[in-house]
Amino acid sequence: MPMPEWLRSRKGAQTEEPAQWMKCPSCGELLYKSDLKANHEICMKCGHYFRMHAPDRIVSLVDGDFTELGAEIEPGDPLGWVDKRPYPDKLQSDREKSGLSEAVVTGFGAVGGFTVGLGVMDFYFRGGTMGTVVGDRVALLFERARERKLPVVLFTASGGARMEEGMLALMQLAKTTQAVERFRRDGLYYIAVLTDPTTGGVSASFAFQAHVVVAEAGAAIGFAGRRVIEQTIRQKLPENFQRAEFLLEHGAIDMVVERPKLKETLVRLLDYGVGAAQGASPNGRAR
Amino acid sequence: MNPIVDREKGLIELGRRIEELKTLSATQNVDLSTQIAALEAEYAKIQQEIFGSLTPWQRVNMARHPKRPTAAEYIAKLDAFDELHGDRFFRDDPAVIAGFAKLRGRRVVVVGQQRGRDTKENVRVNFGMVTPEGYRKVRRLFELASHLGLPIVTFVDTKGADPGIGSEERAQSEAIASCLYALAESRVPSVSTIVGEGGSGGALALGLTDRIIMLQHSIYSVAGPEAAAAILFSDATKAPEAAASLRLTSDDAVLLGIADEVIGEPLGGAHRDKDATIELVLNAIERHLAELAPWTPERLQEARYRKYRQIGAWRARTAPSEQGPR
Repeated sequence: MPMPEWLRSRKGAQTEEPAQWMKCPSCGELLYKSDLKANHEICMKCGHYFRMHAPDRIVSLVDGDFTELGAEIEPGDPLGWVDKRPYPDKLQSDREKSGLSEAVVTGFGAVGGFTVGLGVMDFYFRGGTMGTVVGDRVALLFERARERKLPVVLFTASGGARMEEGMLALMQLAKTTQAVERFRRDGLYYIAVLTDPTTGGVSASFAFQAHVVVAEAGAAIGFAGRRVIEQTIRQKLPENFQRAEFLLEHGAIDMVVERPKLKETLVRLLDYGVGAAQGASPNGRAR
Repeated sequence: MNPIVDREKGLIELGRRIEELKTLSATQNVDLSTQIAALEAEYAKIQQEIFGSLTPWQRVNMARHPKRPTAAEYIAKLDAFDELHGDRFFRDDPAVIAGFAKLRGRRVVVVGQQRGRDTKENVRVNFGMVTPEGYRKVRRLFELASHLGLPIVTFVDTKGADPGIGSEERAQSEAIASCLYALAESRVPSVSTIVGEGGSGGALALGLTDRIIMLQHSIYSVAGPEAAAAILFSDATKAPEAAASLRLTSDDAVLLGIADEVIGEPLGGAHRDKDATIELVLNAIERHLAELAPWTPERLQEARYRKYRQIGAWRARTAPSEQGPR
């Protein structure tokens, strides 16, 4: 199985990167980039979670290869959108910054021995917003996983529907919902992992349509953006409002998991759902 | 203040003067026909100027016009209506009117988002912004419709889902996601009509239907123009520009392959002749329901899947398509 070049280059290649420092946006501490990577991109001083790039997340999860799906589906400019900058310019600079062609990477790989359809959204590409390409790739992931009778694990990170694609973007909520529904109707298993931030149209569609909804510790999750709510009610919101822990307390999600424990937790959840079907040994590891 | 209402004022005043002259002419037995004809010509000219070609922003304000017929007014013209209440968990959201109904004799489940016509009503219905309880009532009725084999008829009219603390605490996202899911899995025909403002996911929760009808001056948008302006131009007063960029008019929705039918409104808007507008809308819904009535649940689901699967897939270099039964 061919591994995409962007993924190969990330696997075990950290030492070749030039020494770089990162400043923690939460406590201001200067962190050595390779140390940060070794610590799951969590600040060593204050515990702040840096948002992960999709390729890094995939590397942190898959056992070996990852076969990308839908990479050939690329964005256009259906509305000829211009605000401060033309939409194609924004896409181009995000492509250069992130090395990705869109805000989600989808494909197949093995996690702890279980073969899964895996999707990971990337907040660094247009704020993880869902336009037609994100909708198409997510739908395609569920369709192909359905054909192969495999579970789907989907990591969300999104500011919502992509405004620059107007109503076409809103309709991706409908498209992805249908793909999830068809997949679930066949008795297949879907786990969503909500990471920082998961809001708007993505939270109001496939993020909350999973059988098991996991949230990464500290992630902001909600429908309306924090600023919108503050403007509406004209008061400051408490710090923990719309955090993963807040949602757990209110019964909206199944569990909050710290990043270093995410993979092992997913492997256990996959084992309950498909362990028997995928021939795992009773102790939970796939054979 | 709604700019459309402002512009209408002069027109309404002119209309009143014409009526006065007519009354005068009849009661005093004087011939004022030349004056009346001149004023009527002016009236038609101004009306054409104001409403003949509206900018996107003017259409936003038309969609929000306080006198525009609301969901309750459409529902009141059905042959029968028995309202059903509540989400079974928390409360009954008055921003959603829902229940069993008969449309031209056909048994249906009807669900509408209710905007208020004045301040008092708006306070009661939260300005038409639905809370999670409202969406859970909607989902319950969608599921009931499938269970009983009754078609689903929805009237969409909301600025968006309620953005409050309580709504977030009670999982607004999940509530909307569940409505979408219920429509996706429904085994009965469904028709949504955007009668006023179709704002974002809170509107789409009632809109993942087999057919989408829009009134000519209704709007359907990924985000409210004010919110979009605040995000994109960092300036909420640029809403008119944002409204043009968002492509939110009924004409745009047809071009983008989203709306199946647009129903024309009287010059000046639906509120200038409510009865005629409502009649046209109900006829159109019935026409679509009659067409879909013989379809099996499998055919409905397959057609629905394809309808939304292809929206916006135009740019894919290789078009991925789900092969299913035809």
